[in-house]
Amino acid sequence: MIQKPDPTQETLVLNMGPQHPSTHGVLRVVLHCDGEYVLDAEPVIGYGHRMHELIGEVRDHRGFYANVGRMDYGGALSFGHGHILAVERMLPDLEVPERAEYLRVITTELNRVASHLLWFGAFLLDLGAFTPILYSFDDREAILDLLEHVTGARLTFSYMRVGGVCADVDKDWCDGVLAFVKRMRDRIPMYHKLVSGNIIFRKRVEDVGLITRDMALKYGCTGPVIRGSGIPYDVRRSEPYSIYPELDFDIPTSERCDCMGRYDVRWAEIEQSLRIIEQAIAKLPEGPVMAEKVPKVIKAKGEVYQAVEAARGSLGYYIACDGSTSPYRMKIRVPSYSNLSILKELTRGILLSDLVAVMGSFDLVIPEIDR
Amino acid sequence: MLNYFKEIFVGIKSLLIGMKVTAFYGTKRTITAHYPFEKIPVTLNFRGHIDLVVTKKGYHKCITCGMCERACPSGCITLDSVKPEGAKKKKLTGYTLDFTKCSLCGNCVETCPTNAIKYSNDYYLVGTSRHDFHFDLLDRAMKAAEEMGIEWTEPVEKPKEPKEPQAEGGESPSPAGA
Amino acid sequence: MQIESPNILLIVVAAVVMVLYVFTNSAVLVWVERKVSAHIQRRPGPFEVGPFGLLQTAIDGLKLMAKQLIIPGKADKRLFMLAPVLSFVPPIAALLTVPFGKVVQVQNLDIGILFILSLAALNVLAILIAGWASANKYSLFGAVRSVAQNIAYEIPLLLSLLTAVLWMGTLNLGELVDAQGGFWFVFTPFGFVAFLIYFVTGMAETNRAPFDLPEAESELTAGFHTEYSGMGFGLFFLGEYTNMILVSAIATSLFLGGYNLPFVTLNGEGVLWELIRVLIFLAKAYFLIFVMIWMRWTFPRVRFDQLLNLCWKVLIPFSLVNLAAAAIWIKAVGG
Repeated sequence: MIQKPDPTQETLVLNMGPQHPSTHGVLRVVLHCDGEYVLDAEPVIGYGHRMHELIGEVRDHRGFYANVGRMDYGGALSFGHGHILAVERMLPDLEVPERAEYLRVITTELNRVASHLLWFGAFLLDLGAFTPILYSFDDREAILDLLEHVTGARLTFSYMRVGGVCADVDKDWCDGVLAFVKRMRDRIPMYHKLVSGNIIFRKRVEDVGLITRDMALKYGCTGPVIRGSGIPYDVRRSEPYSIYPELDFDIPTSERCDCMGRYDVRWAEIEQSLRIIEQAIAKLPEGPVMAEKVPKVIKAKGEVYQAVEAARGSLGYYIACDGSTSPYRMKIRVPSYSNLSILKELTRGILLSDLVAVMGSFDLVIPEIDR
Repeated sequence: MLNYFKEIFVGIKSLLIGMKVTAFYGTKRTITAHYPFEKIPVTLNFRGHIDLVVTKKGYHKCITCGMCERACPSGCITLDSVKPEGAKKKKLTGYTLDFTKCSLCGNCVETCPTNAIKYSNDYYLVGTSRHDFHFDLLDRAMKAAEEMGIEWTEPVEKPKEPKEPQAEGGESPSPAGA
Repeated sequence: MQIESPNILLIVVAAVVMVLYVFTNSAVLVWVERKVSAHIQRRPGPFEVGPFGLLQTAIDGLKLMAKQLIIPGKADKRLFMLAPVLSFVPPIAALLTVPFGKVVQVQNLDIGILFILSLAALNVLAILIAGWASANKYSLFGAVRSVAQNIAYEIPLLLSLLTAVLWMGTLNLGELVDAQGGFWFVFTPFGFVAFLIYFVTGMAETNRAPFDLPEAESELTAGFHTEYSGMGFGLFFLGEYTNMILVSAIATSLFLGGYNLPFVTLNGEGVLWELIRVLIFLAKAYFLIFVMIWMRWTFPRVRFDQLLNLCWKVLIPFSLVNLAAAAIWIKAVGG
């Protein structure tokens, strides 16, 4: 419910969005301001609603491949990964080749790095620095080139298939990925010099938007938002899937609880993702990338809930099937939706500039919230 | 008091470090491509809209089974076929792709039993109206054959001759791989 | 000193020349800014129109002039039209007293500094009027921020300039430059501190990043000029760039020895010498502008209250101590 402005109170109602530079899409936030202070911030969502869940119920399982990437343009591959894993769990006869799982993880982690770089640029743009986004896009382009080479697309990949992946990689590509990992490691100190140490930046994000552990748990925050509050919750570790149990990586957390904590966590995650990519490339087995016996028509039965760790947090697919070709019900739990819900409580009494910083630190992707 | 001065000192230092970074990159060469003059080479795996594969014999491989039409989640593909009097197989008369609806999932290519369709490499696809993206793939395949120097020849069905004597497709490189 | 009657004709001609200079200066500076920012961000910037894209800003200017001026329905029309003019004219008037060379100075006022500062203060008024008259909440926020920012920043700005005035003992810009000669004021410790403070406050005065709070486009969409289109916006733009040249011209005259080289006083007569002096002056001023552009494309924006904190807790104490120390030094050593 949007609060009606009370004429007896001396507050200003400010409609931030749906077209606003720092709402990252068609999010509308209704602000009740006292001067520059935000008394109440009410997010209004649904401007980009495209009925992805319903489409998933009308189409067959393969027909949903293209939709997953449209929900989260930043990290399309992890959305695909979750969907495929959910469908595969309903097909007990299907044995996914190991190489396919490795390729899924490598591409997903590359995509995670790309997504975090996109967030980094956009966050700094919210804070008024223009140059970092161009630098991070330089690196992101390198990732997209790699991903384009294997998936054939640059943003909405539709790479995952029931039973495997749609394209194999060669040795050159693996070398390219390793070269990128090295390049990215060399570039990280530059980002820290340019931004992380900058006094203006630190003043803008330190002790701004404090999410306590209880708050984070209460609102069901996931991803870097909850890890930035010191809770090491990561689906890759807590509910392991795919080949993640075989890989050695840490779950970075920060005890700061503020925007800076979330910023630190994301940078540490980029480094961990690079580690994962390196290990997976080294372990990459030979073999096919598609299962032998994939049913031509998928007639699954039963219900599953499959969670994966997307770039923004825990992403869950609930699919219930009644034995027909398309799901009976599909529900997608997206991380940004829960992360956004904390905004109202978090932004009470903070400055307008801080609101922008807080929303930037959540890494909101609006099509994902609206679905 | 000491903290006060320390913070000012650290702050100024961090600002100078930041300026050093931008100065460093400011003197390096630019990394953008000047699009209309320079084009980035398109990777061979790029998934553009679909095209019919032109065989070496100068024909397509489509058997008009309609798998792609059914597999397409958005219903972009329309197949038209006739069954000539007395013939065993159906004959493809029109393959229309409505690219405005396509979301490039690739189901059609994967489901095709004869590998008759492939992704094109049309990276720089533009048009001024939506009708520019209603492709007649049969027509495109004929044009592609012409460009490759292959004559569009409909296979004669009844007399079961093994192969045409002329091996014309051998020289010109054709993307109609396996 | 004898009171001269001002030569009206000279002033009119000079004002026209100055307006032309301001227009070309802005066009060039916009080009420079776009080029510098582009190369910092590793892209080429404008390069299509004219050699190295030099004519890009001219074309952009034409485009702005050709655009329709949209006045919002609820806006106060007269004030809405007045604000861009008010932001554009005072810096030009102020530039008339700046000594670009020994002779190239339209009017050498005895109170030159005061004259410039009083005109520079009008800039706030322009932003306030623009923000109020637009009848837009974002504009109003921008205007309010601008006022608070400027009230805070005028104080250290004045104090740092006061140090220079105290040191040289005059308010006349020409005499200030001559008093420094080759030994620029910035070479003294007081001058150095005052120069740093002046430069920071000057950036805030021109409303440029990292102090572009009245605009703050990621927070306030475009701040005070949200509702302006076409040449209304263009005039604000011109005003900003004219303010930049004004701020750096003052810094050059008061701290960087004006048209003198370091440790060398240029006293030669004749057109050639004068040309050299003007070029030296402009080189210094444009270098400062380059640094401003460089900083803008490196740093994030500061927050509103941090800006005021910086001003009241750092800049004002430092400039006060600096001023007092300079005064004691003059009294003790005899300046």
